[in-house]
Amino acid sequence: MDETSNNDNIIEQVTTSEYKYGFFTDIETDFAPVGLNEDIIRFISAKKEEPEWMLEFRLKAFRHWQTLEEPNWAHLNYPKINYQDIIYYAAPKKKKQLASLDEVDPELLDTFNKLGISLEEQKMLSGVAVDAVIDSVSVKTTFQDTLAKHGIIFCSFSEAVRNHPDLVRKYMGMVVPYTDNFFAALNSAVFSDGSFCYIPEGVRCPLELSTYFRINAANTGQFERTLIVADKGSYVSYLEGCTAPQRDENQLHAAIVEIIAMDHAEVKYSTVQNWYPGDKEGQGGVYNFVTKRGLCKGVSSKISWTQVETGSAITWKYPSCILQGDNSIGEFYSVAVTNNFQQADTGTKMVHIGKNTRSTIVSKGISAGRSNNSYRGLVRILPRATNARNFSQCDSLLLGDKCGAHTFPYIEAKNETSIIEHEATTSKISEDQLFYCRQRGIDTEKAIGLIVNGYAKEVLNKLPMEFAVEAQKLLAITLEGSVG
Amino acid sequence: MNNSPSIPLEQLLVDQFRAGENKLMAHDSDKVKAIRKEHFQRFLDNGFPSSEMEKWRFTDLEEILDQPFIHELTPEKPPQNIHDIFRCEVHNFQSEIISVFNGWYLSEKTGLQTNSEGVVYGSLSDAKKVMPELFDRFFGQAAHGNDNSFVNINTAMAQDGVFIYVPKGVQAKRTLQIIKMVNHEDPVFVQSRQLVILEENSSLSLIHCDDSINHKPCLINTVTEIYVASNAHLELYKLQNLNNSSALINSTFIRQQEDSAVKTNALTFNCGLIRNNIEVALNGKGAHADVLGLYLMDKQQHIDNQIRVLHNAAHCTSNELFKGILDDEATAVFNGYIYVKKDAQKTEAFQNNKNILLKPTATINSMPFLEIYADDVKCSHGATVGQLDQEAMFYLRQRGISQANARLLLMYAFAADVINAISIEGLRNRIDDMVKKRLRGELSVCETCVLHCGTPEKEYFFDIDLSKL
Amino acid sequence: MLLNIKNLHVEIAGKQILKGLNLGINKGEVHAIMGPNGTGKSTLAAAITGRDGYEITEGEIWYKDINILDKSPDERANMGIFLSFQYPVEIPGVSMTNFMRTALNAKREFNGLPPIAAGEFLKLMEEKKKLVEIHSKLTNRSVNEGFSGGEKKRNEIFQMAMLEPAMAILDETDSGLDIDALRVVANGVNQLRTTENAFLVITHYQRLLDYIVPDFVHVLFDGRIIKTGGKNLALELEAKGYEWIKEQHLV
Repeated sequence: MDETSNNDNIIEQVTTSEYKYGFFTDIETDFAPVGLNEDIIRFISAKKEEPEWMLEFRLKAFRHWQTLEEPNWAHLNYPKINYQDIIYYAAPKKKKQLASLDEVDPELLDTFNKLGISLEEQKMLSGVAVDAVIDSVSVKTTFQDTLAKHGIIFCSFSEAVRNHPDLVRKYMGMVVPYTDNFFAALNSAVFSDGSFCYIPEGVRCPLELSTYFRINAANTGQFERTLIVADKGSYVSYLEGCTAPQRDENQLHAAIVEIIAMDHAEVKYSTVQNWYPGDKEGQGGVYNFVTKRGLCKGVSSKISWTQVETGSAITWKYPSCILQGDNSIGEFYSVAVTNNFQQADTGTKMVHIGKNTRSTIVSKGISAGRSNNSYRGLVRILPRATNARNFSQCDSLLLGDKCGAHTFPYIEAKNETSIIEHEATTSKISEDQLFYCRQRGIDTEKAIGLIVNGYAKEVLNKLPMEFAVEAQKLLAITLEGSVG
Repeated sequence: MNNSPSIPLEQLLVDQFRAGENKLMAHDSDKVKAIRKEHFQRFLDNGFPSSEMEKWRFTDLEEILDQPFIHELTPEKPPQNIHDIFRCEVHNFQSEIISVFNGWYLSEKTGLQTNSEGVVYGSLSDAKKVMPELFDRFFGQAAHGNDNSFVNINTAMAQDGVFIYVPKGVQAKRTLQIIKMVNHEDPVFVQSRQLVILEENSSLSLIHCDDSINHKPCLINTVTEIYVASNAHLELYKLQNLNNSSALINSTFIRQQEDSAVKTNALTFNCGLIRNNIEVALNGKGAHADVLGLYLMDKQQHIDNQIRVLHNAAHCTSNELFKGILDDEATAVFNGYIYVKKDAQKTEAFQNNKNILLKPTATINSMPFLEIYADDVKCSHGATVGQLDQEAMFYLRQRGISQANARLLLMYAFAADVINAISIEGLRNRIDDMVKKRLRGELSVCETCVLHCGTPEKEYFFDIDLSKL
Repeated sequence: MLLNIKNLHVEIAGKQILKGLNLGINKGEVHAIMGPNGTGKSTLAAAITGRDGYEITEGEIWYKDINILDKSPDERANMGIFLSFQYPVEIPGVSMTNFMRTALNAKREFNGLPPIAAGEFLKLMEEKKKLVEIHSKLTNRSVNEGFSGGEKKRNEIFQMAMLEPAMAILDETDSGLDIDALRVVANGVNQLRTTENAFLVITHYQRLLDYIVPDFVHVLFDGRIIKTGGKNLALELEAKGYEWIKEQHLV
């Protein structure tokens, strides 16, 4: 698997690697030809046995996408992507089946052990055939029974298109219309699959919708689409991603996540992203262009984003909140770590429309190696948003003198009763702190891990317990070798 | 030069340059000619900036540029009573006045003059002839004009302006004050250029006033290049008090060498539209810059402060503070940008932008950016938008102070730390008065003249004059 | 009667805090309001001084035979009502001198007097500062900015001395004061007592009342005055605690 990273042309990997390894030689009809045109869209839609309206949506999105240009305002630098040189349908993507863990990259196994991942899980994550005991199907069934009892719909996006067309048609594109941006249009045209979640009125989802995801999310493909609707007075906590590193060879990811919260509803969305960041020389790695947005549609609704971003070569991601309902609340808690040659341009947008709306932004950027880490955030107060409040705290920590840490906040206030406060600091780990730890016998690497975790604590505390622990370990691993 | 007013300004300037290229550059060296031509080409390629450009997103010049401007390429004859008119609001304190009328240097004497303290100054066109080596060495070096074609067209075509040279070791005690007046019956496009050079161990304090005399529209495009050699000290105060039909595009580029110190303070009291592009490059170890600003806007006024502080060397410090009070339908843009170059270790850079909105119709867009490539740095920035502190408001009112006066007091207090940073006492007192007047709405209400030359000075003790309210 | 509060009901954000409070204060009197935390003591001060957000749903406040409920905070202040704040706010950029002069002249203007001359004003400042043993340098600073807790409270009494109110309300003036500062503050207040003015002392503890001896002590509980007595009531409360009075009330 590692050979691919030697290839200079990153895009080429995507298109050629599949043949090289012969992942799909046995099911020829399961992937589309290289390139993107209306026929490909029709092919995807037909493959997924979609109704006519879904195809129409995809085609409209595609036609719009053709009129757009790839954005270049982010503080990111990567070779130009040839969108005609990508396979847009090769799903469900299966990993090469390995006979035993002996065949797995030892570096990956080492990481698994550090994360404390069980042997069974290690096998599953690295593509080794797994026993029937933790077969995902059985686990899935157990969860689905519990959820069904509460009337919660939680299924793949394709299933939702088939089984809940009214809900999908009503809400899909409400928060992120296909016209929103280049990558959103692309996703709307070619999205492979994703998740759909509907929490009925007054229901408090009894599970973190995460364990399920952890087992099944790995194969949702490169153009994921997630739609979460929380009806009046409901609550759900949703965790996307996986703390274990995925050797995902998909180069380009352009996902969409839409959240809609009705009156008094609350959605907590947590992400731990640890996709392949490329090797130490900056070769390979995932390009992650994500449009995530939540709409606080109802009064007193609340959407809270928590993200721990440690992976991907390129991250372009701004989980946002549109605070439309009066008294609604938006939150964004982020830790973004970049090492080696990683580049991240991430942050949030808080758009205050309703009265008494509140937003909080806490962003902790950590840069190491030769990486560049940018916070980019918008706080916009519209004229009707009387008494809107925002507090933003964006801190950057630099490890080493070859990396960059940047902060680009945008504040637009059009209501005189609003109060906006933005604070940011940039600093490095203090020699005093390091020495103190070392004097107590903690080696430099561990000490950095310790200090960085302390620095990021405010955000990590927002994660569900189980993942907070793993995220902490992940931070330490990501920064390994960052200080010589 | 015959101008047909119906030609769009952009076309007019291009035509003028092409027709008069040789005459425009008659006294320029080959080096300067090449610079001018290159900038002209860039203006030709880009035209005036549009609000589709990221850096001009919130400042739309379309309406302003639509006006039938005229642009003179030869000096105009100033009116008879010019010296009566030539008073900035800030007068009555020890300063040596340099007058610029509609962009042209105004003096009975020709050539450069050296004042009693050893500071050399005069018109830019004379400097070119008298000190050609110095002129060639510095002209167009700092003013790069990236993202800003106003700098390009100024570099290509500006004919006159002010030249100031402070030789090695000269520590000027007296403040130099450039007063720039615009007075024209027709909408006029004015370009002027300043070149200020401080040699090693020298010091200078400079006030740069932009004033209008009438209520006619104008578009002023001014570019200032300032070179501060090692261990030199500069204080630069910009006072902007123009009428509501005026637009001012001010671009100031400051280059600092080792252990130099610069303090700039941009005080904006009135103008239809102002764009301040201020760039301070700390190129030598141990340099320090204070970059301050205050803007008090009302009606439909617009201010856009684009402030760049570039830490290109290690051990430099900078402190940036911009404060604004926005009333009525005024809009303000603040885009601060601190750049710390790789290896510019031990940098300390601070940036702060604070705004008060007084009316629901006022708007602020604040973008305090940091771009940092060195790790051993202390950088922070902050931005706030809010209204007057309601706790403080009640406290004042409980002590019997009326709402209107409490509001004035708090606004004045908000502005105080920018005003208090003015180290020339006479100037500070004058600015203090001006801010008070401005907050009471007296500075822009005068019907015939924005300068209130006829209004006798009011007595101020240490408080806001309550009798007026 | 100088201040006459009748059946006062006050709500904050829809929550009822005062529920029918009656209180009459004559010139020359010192009244103490005591009571456990959260019973409405500070709300009473806010209602008398006209703070925003305190909604009077029922009742009246008469001061010098004028119903002051429709008066603005500054009008009430100029009529002679002074509040010594529990937490005096810091106002950066506004110098004490400028602030005091503005306040004093507002009051003079209200009373039809010309503004005070600069020299006279400075003399007055010097004189009043001595009263609360305040350092000269404090008045050169911004209002309350960087003042210690004790300095802030002294500054409140200093302002009271400058403005010479007829009705002074001291809201928890003793909180955060050590014994020396408390003595200084109380001493200042006592020197300002005349037959023409009155004081309303809001306090949680009896301690302050050792120094500022009240004519009447009222116990505020659950939005009403449930017991009124002489200065000995405060001692009794100190000894027996508020539980004692609550029990009595509930019976």
